[in-house]
Amino acid sequence: MNDVILKATNLKTYFFTRRGVVKAVDGVDFELRRGECLCLVGESGCGKTVTALSILGLVDSPPGRIVDGKVMYNNLDLVKCSPKQLRQIRGKEIAMVFQEAQSALNPVLTVGDQVMEQIRVHLPIERREARNKALSLLEEMGVPSAERVMNSYPHQLSGGMKQRALIAMSLTCDPQILIADEPTTAVDVTIKAQILDIFRELKAKSQMSLIFITHDLAVVAEIGDRAVVIYGGKNVESAPVSEIIANPKHPYTAGLIECLPDISQTTDRLTSIPGNTPNPIALPQGCSFHPRCPKAMEICSQRQPPQITISQEHEVSCHLYQ
Amino acid sequence: MNKTASHELLQIRNLKKYYPVTTGLLSQHIGDIKAVDGVSFHIGEREILGLVGESGCGKSTLGRTILRLEEPTGGQILYSGTDIARLGKRELRQLRREMQIILQDPDASLDPRMTVGDSICEPLVIHDIGDEKERMERVADLMEQVGLEAGQASHHPHEFSGGQKQRVGIARALAINPKLIIADEPVSALDVSIQAQILNLMMDIQEKFGLAYLFIAHDLSVIKHMAHSVAVMYLGKIVELASKQEMFENPLHPYTEALLSAVPSITPGAKARIPLGGDVPSPLNPPPGCHFHPRCHRVLPICDQKEPELLEISQGHFVACHLHTPDSH
Repeated sequence: MNDVILKATNLKTYFFTRRGVVKAVDGVDFELRRGECLCLVGESGCGKTVTALSILGLVDSPPGRIVDGKVMYNNLDLVKCSPKQLRQIRGKEIAMVFQEAQSALNPVLTVGDQVMEQIRVHLPIERREARNKALSLLEEMGVPSAERVMNSYPHQLSGGMKQRALIAMSLTCDPQILIADEPTTAVDVTIKAQILDIFRELKAKSQMSLIFITHDLAVVAEIGDRAVVIYGGKNVESAPVSEIIANPKHPYTAGLIECLPDISQTTDRLTSIPGNTPNPIALPQGCSFHPRCPKAMEICSQRQPPQITISQEHEVSCHLYQ
Repeated sequence: MNKTASHELLQIRNLKKYYPVTTGLLSQHIGDIKAVDGVSFHIGEREILGLVGESGCGKSTLGRTILRLEEPTGGQILYSGTDIARLGKRELRQLRREMQIILQDPDASLDPRMTVGDSICEPLVIHDIGDEKERMERVADLMEQVGLEAGQASHHPHEFSGGQKQRVGIARALAINPKLIIADEPVSALDVSIQAQILNLMMDIQEKFGLAYLFIAHDLSVIKHMAHSVAVMYLGKIVELASKQEMFENPLHPYTEALLSAVPSITPGAKARIPLGGDVPSPLNPPPGCHFHPRCHRVLPICDQKEPELLEISQGHFVACHLHTPDSH
């Protein structure tokens, strides 16, 4: 069961802008196993979305470029694939649910047309058949009166409906891997719970492998099997979810957990991480978290921390554990 | 004017805000969107009332109507006994010195072409407080209060991060020493690590300046952290109102129960989820009876017939649900 379906090694995606080189992703490593949900966790600007786009070869070039690293999928290095090869894989074998359902849908096409378009790009089937498939996909997503939704334009639907239509679109070809970029951000708690249920069911039913991108550790705790915490474009910690939440090693991970107001606990004051998320164009020297780190030492501003193995599944990049 | 209840800063009675819906060439009136439909509550001095509900339930409209940024359709807004809903322009301006709003999106609420110092100073100019020098000092003081450097006053909003912009928004709200601040989802657009900073800051200034907040949010864990009492809103109406402790330990309305159970928690072994199907129905054509009955997991035959009233079930705990009557408790 532990076979790896996707493995990113030392992935580096830089953007070459007039104001300088933005090292959006600067050495991210992870492996995705069949049937598991891997969470990429981090705050805005940490490089988690660019990581996903790099996997699918969707980074705008120029200014962006994958400058180093490998993404191995079934003995195929996606970084080296031709655009044509990538088009075969993208949407069919590796699909993505984009952030912000509102902007990911075309406002002048009905939802039905958009789902059908997705189907017919990849499968050689008739329009009517595609329509039936689209309808059943929407129904599977728990869309009430799917027939009406098919004929609606995106602006006529609620946020939760749009999100579900997007998920339906990504599932048209039964992909091996589904990448979901912040699908639960900016939706209500009730819709969030429904969407998490959909993903949970997908994982259980079809053994799909999920990459779930989020900044919300409470969501990670609900759905993830393993998590990779990213800061300043680099891995800072990776471990099974239960381990990372019960026993976070990196001060950033610990901070992310502590600063979350938790509904099942009462605290007078939240522990906050001081300072701001770093500017990716001018990342601090050494460990990029050191200016905000409560446990920073002298070495932290000078040298990048190495990756240290805590236990078999638990790795952390921090000078504290050397 | 009735000023007997002096400890009550703000009292809302049966507040309504309808938006007429018209059609055709002659703008025929075909109905109303009842964004706020008969809401009553009060906020005491130094009290934080958390207002929670799904998007589209009318919570932002309620906040804006209290400040008369939207004209109320009916009801009373009593601020220290004065009915805001009836005030003329000049009197309203006077009263607005006492209440301010902090908006959700700090990007949209700051003028990109004004320096943040000017933005913070603007309420002082509008209300004609102090001379140039005093205002400058006040701005510097305010910026330090909210954790910014006074030297940053000449910077423009784009030079700040999201959290810093929200600090500017807070400084601006504090500029004229208000007593009541309406905070409309002040942290939902921020990163988690920044969210905690802003929540702590809002707690600190609340204590320091003795402020009352109407704290609007959809995130129950944030509400639980901030509020003294909590009101749950659904389709323009308050369905449950209680002290924080009571609300979180003993929720009575099925909607509150479902909301509470839907919050993802980092603590393992969290309680079973109560599924809440579907979306919030259209406020133009709400379901008959109790607006919540089509999504309710404890629905009774009466629920689609008769609308439940908001009743006090136990001391300070109000709920609008047919399952709960004062006799049944």
